[in-house]
Order: sequence, then C-alpha cells, then structure tokens
Amino acid sequence: MHRYIPHTEEEIKEMLQEIGVGSIDELFVDVPKTIDGYKIPDGKDEFTVRKIVETLAQKNKAFQPENVFLGAGIYYHYIPTVVKHLAANPNFLTAYTPYQAEVSQGTLQMLFEYQTMMCELTGMEVANSSMYDGASSFAESLLMATRITGKYKMLVAKTINPEYRTVARTYTSPIGIKIEEIGYTELGAVNLDELKAKLDDETAAVAVAYPNFFGVIEDLKTIRSFIRQNVIFIVVAEPVSLALLEAPGTFGADIVVGEGQSLGVTPNLGGPGIGFFTTLEKHVRKMPGRLIGQTKDLDGKTGYVMILQTREQHIRREKATSNICSNQAYIALINAIYLSIMGPQGLKEVAYRSYNNAHYLAKKLEEAGFPRIFTGEFFNEFVVRVSTDYRNRWHEMAKDGILGPIPIDRVYKELGPSALVCATEVNTKESMDRLVEVMRK
Amino acid sequence: MTIFELSKPGRKGYELPTYDVPDSGCNIPEHLLRKKPPMLPEVSEVDVVRHYTNLALKNYSVDRGFYPLGSCTMKYNPKINEDMAILFTQLHPFQPRETIEGAVELMGHLKELLCEITGTDDMTLQPAAGAHGELTGLLIARAYFEDIGELGKRKKVIVPDSAHGTNPASAGMAGFEVIEIKSGPDGCVDLEELKKHLDETVAVIMLTNPNTLGLFEKDILTIAKMAHDVGALLYYDGANLNAIMGRTRPGDMGFDIVHLNLHKTFSTPHGMGGPGSGPIGVKSPLAQYLPVPVVRKSGEKYELDYNLPKSIGMVRTFYGNFLVLVKAYTYILTMGGKGLKHVSDMAVLNANYLRAKLSKTFKIAYDRICMHEFVIDNEEFAKKTGVKTLDIAKRLLDYGLHAPTIYFPLIVHEAMMIEPTETESKQTLDAFVEAMEKIAKEAQENPQLVKGAPYTTPVRRLDDVNATKYPVFRFKR
Repeated sequence: MHRYIPHTEEEIKEMLQEIGVGSIDELFVDVPKTIDGYKIPDGKDEFTVRKIVETLAQKNKAFQPENVFLGAGIYYHYIPTVVKHLAANPNFLTAYTPYQAEVSQGTLQMLFEYQTMMCELTGMEVANSSMYDGASSFAESLLMATRITGKYKMLVAKTINPEYRTVARTYTSPIGIKIEEIGYTELGAVNLDELKAKLDDETAAVAVAYPNFFGVIEDLKTIRSFIRQNVIFIVVAEPVSLALLEAPGTFGADIVVGEGQSLGVTPNLGGPGIGFFTTLEKHVRKMPGRLIGQTKDLDGKTGYVMILQTREQHIRREKATSNICSNQAYIALINAIYLSIMGPQGLKEVAYRSYNNAHYLAKKLEEAGFPRIFTGEFFNEFVVRVSTDYRNRWHEMAKDGILGPIPIDRVYKELGPSALVCATEVNTKESMDRLVEVMRK
Repeated sequence: MTIFELSKPGRKGYELPTYDVPDSGCNIPEHLLRKKPPMLPEVSEVDVVRHYTNLALKNYSVDRGFYPLGSCTMKYNPKINEDMAILFTQLHPFQPRETIEGAVELMGHLKELLCEITGTDDMTLQPAAGAHGELTGLLIARAYFEDIGELGKRKKVIVPDSAHGTNPASAGMAGFEVIEIKSGPDGCVDLEELKKHLDETVAVIMLTNPNTLGLFEKDILTIAKMAHDVGALLYYDGANLNAIMGRTRPGDMGFDIVHLNLHKTFSTPHGMGGPGSGPIGVKSPLAQYLPVPVVRKSGEKYELDYNLPKSIGMVRTFYGNFLVLVKAYTYILTMGGKGLKHVSDMAVLNANYLRAKLSKTFKIAYDRICMHEFVIDNEEFAKKTGVKTLDIAKRLLDYGLHAPTIYFPLIVHEAMMIEPTETESKQTLDAFVEAMEKIAKEAQENPQLVKGAPYTTPVRRLDDVNATKYPVFRFKR
C-alpha cells in the first residue's frame, strides 16, 4: 500500500480473479525478467523527502532581485502575486493537451487569448500555442524558412544569443541547412555591408535579434530594406521590449520568435520557460506547433478547438512541419495571466523603467571606468569594458549577494575583457549605485 | 467572453513600486518607437482572478477525475512535487557555478537514478519533451554513424505502423528516411517483415515497448540481436515505461538509446500539454555525442561537463525543464525502488482488470494479457449501431469522465486506447465500466442520444471542420 496507490490486498485478489490469473507475476509472462527490482533505496515519507530536497535547495544561492544584473536571455521582473495563485489551479496544472475540446474550453480559450496577445506584441497575424524555449523556437523558424523557400542558406546575425545559434546548428545541420554568420559593427548592430555581400539567390532567410544579445536595438526597417521580399525575415525578439519598441511585424518580419520567460515567469534555472512563435497567415501551413482557433458548437455558441492539425506529427507523421507534441502550454498560461494583469500601460512602464535603469547604470559605470564597448542605442542590456581579472571579481561579487554582469569574452573572444550588464524595473537606484561601487573596488 | 471584451481603457490591475531613478530621457530613434500600443486587456485584479478561475472551471483534469488517455499516463500528480519545485525558481541559469551546487547535485542524483531505471550508462536531461528527446536520440545516432564513417550508407529509420506520430516526425527532422513496417497478426513486430527491410542501410529501429497496443514485444531480445547484427541501433520510446518498472530495463533488452517522459511515468503534471521533460539515456559508446552540458560525478561532487568535442551541440538552452526534473526527483525519492515496481504492477493490474470487464461488452483488439493499456476495436460495433468511437468518447464526457485516446493506434480502426494508471482505485474503474456499459446500451436503444453527445459540458460538439477551413487565429475587435 502506498498513499498514491489505492489498492487493498483484498481488491488485488478480486481483480486477479476477474482477470483469471493467480498472481501479478502472471501478467508479466512476456517480459524477460532481467532485474529483481532496482538498486534504488526504499521510498521515504513526505517529511523526509522534504528534508532531502530542502537540503539540496539550501546549497544554492538565490539573489535578491534588485541585486541581479545578469540577463542574457533570462530576466528577473516583478511578478504580481495573483500570477502564481491563478496558475496553481489544478484544473490547469493537471489537465492535458485539449484532445476533448468540450471539456477543455478553459485551456483552449486561454491559449487563444495567449495567441492573440503574442500577435499583438509582435505585430504578427498568427501565433502558435508555444514551443519549448526561445532557442528551439528560433531553430524551428529556420527549418520553416527552408520549407517556405526550398532554399538552405541562412544568414544569421552573430548578435543573436550564442546558445540560440548553437541550438540552431544542432537542429538544422541534419537536413543540410548552411548557417552563415553576419558580424557586427562598432554600433554593436548587424554589419549591413557584410549582410548585403552575403545575400544571394540561394538565401532562404535573414535572422536578427531585437534587441540583440548586446542589448542593441537593431534597425529592422533598414535591414528589411536590403532584403528582397522572397527572402524570409526572421526576428528574435524580447517580448517586454515590444511594449516600447515598434513591433517587428510593422517592419515586414515573416517570422518573429523568442523566449517568453520575461512575461511573468520565474527564472527557474533556465527552464521551464517558453518559446513563442509568430508568423503571417500566408505562411501558416508551413508553421510548426499547435494552433487554437475559434469556432461554434452545435447550438451556435462560441467555442475553441485545435486547428490545422494536418501540419502536425500525429496526422502527417514524417511529413509533419515539426515533431513537437508536448509544448509549454502551462507557461503560456502564466504569460497570459501576467499580460492580463499588466495590460498595455503596465508592460510599457516595465519596459521603460528597464530601459531607463539600464541607461542610468550605463552612465554611472562609464563614470566609474567601465565604458560601453558599443555605441548603438540599447534597451535594457549593454556591454562594458572590464579589467582582465573581472571574472574573479564576478565570483567575489556573488559572495556579497550581487549577481553581477556576466563576462562574455569566452563567447565573443574578439571583444577582449567584457561583460554584459542587465537592468530591469526591479533594480533600485540604491542597488545600482552599490553595483558601481563594488565593481570599482 | 474573452478577456479582451472585459477591457476598459484606463482600467488597470498592476501597481509598480515607487520609483527614484532619475529619468535620463528616451533616445530610441523615432522610427523604432512603438506607435500603437498592443491591444492587451485593461482590467482590474479581480477581473483577472475571475476570468482565469472561471476558465479553469471549464477544464477537466486529473484532480477532478479519471483520465484514461492511452499512451499519456495521466496518473495523480503529488502535491509535494510542486512544493519542492518552488524551492528552485529563483536561480538564474548563468549564475556562478559555485552558487548552484544543490541544483547540479540534484541533476546528478536524478541522472543516476534514471540510468539505473533505464539500464543505460549516461544521460542528458536537456530535452524538454518526449518528442524533443526522440530528436536528440536520433541526432546522437546520426553523430555516431558519421563518426564511424557509415552515415553515407545508413539513411533509414524503421518504425512499426503502430508507432506514435512523433517517431517518424523526429526521424524526418533528423534527416533520415522513414520505413514503416506492418505489425504482425499478433499486434507485435513481424520478424519476417522486419527481416525484409533490415540491412546495412538501416541506422535505427525505433520501438515502443510495450507497444501502443499495450502488448509487450516478446521477441525483443531477437529484434535487438537482428538490429545489432547489421550494425543498426535500437531506440526505445519511453512513453510506456510505466508498465515494466522493477522487472526489466530497456538497456537490458538491448536498447542503445532510451527516452523517458518524466511527465508520464514520473508523475510531473501535464500542464495542459507541457512543460514535460524527455531525458535521453545511452549506452557508453554513445555518451560522447550527448548534448552539453552533461552532469557527471567527479570525486564527491557533480560537475557540468561541456568538454565533449563530438557532442551534437545543444537541443535547447541550459539544463532542460529543470523544475520538472525537481518534481520527478521528488517522486522517485517518495516511491523508492520497490515503490516503482509496485507502480507498474498496479498499472498493469488495473489495465487487465478493465480489459477483462470491458471485454464482456466491447471487442478488445488483440485480446490477451496486456500491459498498462489496451485498445478497444469498435469497428463492428459502429457498423451495427451507427455509433462510432468518437460518439462513445463524447458521451463519456456526459458521465463526468474523460475519454480515452481515440483513433490511435492507426492500425486499429475505430480505436479506443485505454490507460487507467496505477493511481485509480477499483471503484473508479468499476464506475468507468458501468458508464461504458450504459453507453453501449444507449447505442443499441437510442443511437441518436449517443451521437448527439455531449449535452452537459460547457459547450456541445464543436465545428472543427470550418474552424480549420476558415481559421480564426486570434481575437479581433
């Protein structure tokens, strides 16, 4: 007997009798008995399990949000209290994929609203109901560009998050996609001359980040003007910034993807987060992932269902637009609740404060001898010159409870000693001033 | 009503802290500044609370009742798992290594436990879902064949026609050609059919065992030998691991690459479709191709090993769906080795009990001892009564139950695939049987009643044909 498993001895006997076998073992006659149980300790009571996991948790160091100056794709923002309370509803948490639409209208309507919100933020026409994370979403956007164009050459800005590019290579190399990287200028933005030179008739897509990994706001308008209409324009966007920055859809993006963690999701050691994926209606049949649409029931009442499923693996099998099945629907819920609470004005204030804090901090750091490396206008992250022993400082700062700007010279060797600084609305003037002091030491 | 329709300009549900940072002014170039704000809801906190609470009421869930979706393992999700995950939410993936000692140790312990459970030598916890694991596993196979100079000739992946759709889809994404082989008359892999297609052009055979009919591939040791004799690798789809714990292990059966679905077997909640987690275990010759980082024991501590020159790279950022890993770890600690065996024993007992009871009214496809799930074949029933599997499924909703998986596996027409899991009691199973018997009776006496179901749900049957033909992707004013 176990508290999760309800069978009494008597019931087991009755059930075996009904089946017509004498023992549980007889149910496993086809199974080669290669082990006699696992070499795993016996189960423990709840109190003991708690102690074990809590002991592990105590071996980590969590930082006060205002003392975090590390972003690089995962951000600390203030999450209103209602978000976690509403998301904890077991009718969301313990439901599955809405295969039976009539008893999944909560999930389906929520995802439909989530899709609407992502379309609004990105300025695109269609959003799917989530991908695993920003990186896999980006990788899938390249696969989609090949499906649309039949071409295999991708021009990818080096200013896209390095891990995203690694994941993209892992995903795209098996089918013969060639990724060529486009460097950056002293602005910290994509090198337009290099882009022009590398663009040719074989090019399937051009991909840039907005704002990019260095925090710089790429000029999507100018970039799009260099790219012929039949080349797919992919933008990796940071969703909070889109409350302040013009939507990529306005500039003619074909696909806008990114990581949605910054919309109400705790950092979670990087997972779960959520990949968002948006595109134009004309490309929708080439799109990966699950889509929810609005419809009517027999009585004419509005309802929601999964649509365009013939793109998906359970129907199209090896010809599917992706193998994705389980996604990150629960995180889409968190995004939707967060965006509902914040509204257009709240999100814009969060974006502007993040922007303003980063600019305050950049000025203070410059005065303290940490100049910015790039001159381009930035959102809430920027790269500064640091001393050669900065990496040690960074570890030292952590001991003092500050999660400082992350050194990036191992991934961008050409930059020399450098660090990526991040500020959001949760950093206070006091905490930023303290960072400057500590870095100056 | 959608949340957008609750919106009133100027209403708000947020409040930011007082702000003392001097305003430096906005220097974003005019053409890059947003002109038209996104149409997000403008609602109060109570609006948001009621909206989502009411949406949740329209959902069926494991916490509400029986959820016998075949191949999905909708078992009870213990509450303590959630509490333990919350202890790790504030960690940034890039914070200094020495500040995440406990998280790395947890991943190390979990990996060792899962290697023991699967009979594999090494493992990645990075894949975010089962299908993601499949892709990872096939990319590992690809890297292996490339490394030994055989990728040029090995282009094929064999999957049985009873396989999950993700198997062929993953193989396609990994750049392989998919060969689908017909199952034998007993529902298992047909060895003659396999022989016909198996040669040195085959890279991988992907199998689910027990298969999607709930039958254990009894020739598995022979199949493994056949695969290895031609130099192919054997891939284990772990969707159905809940059937065999404590008795055998994929690695012992000869599988080289194994994926797990932590959200199925290891009780982490399904969250309306995710996040899941799909770790990949491999035999030692394949460990060098795992995505980075790999968690390894080094002395007394665990380290994150990025130094794998032959690695396939990364399949997503960081360490995977880490919080899901915490939940699965908590579950394994709770159940222990013996408990996990008990899980499979009771899961298989439940399935066979349901099969035995339902076989009195319905035709069971391949009616013999099954594992953790089985499939009803309603083809004759539908011919006789005009009531199809879809109708029965919809009618079950009226009885307050979730329907089983329907129309899968594809090799059984009018299929209804039932997986009760171990956490359901005999009373629950009996109530399900009673509902199914009533529906069978209704189908005889008043088929229109069943064909019009459901009647008691928040909406009735929805028009999905027109929903796809004239798609409405988003709310518009």
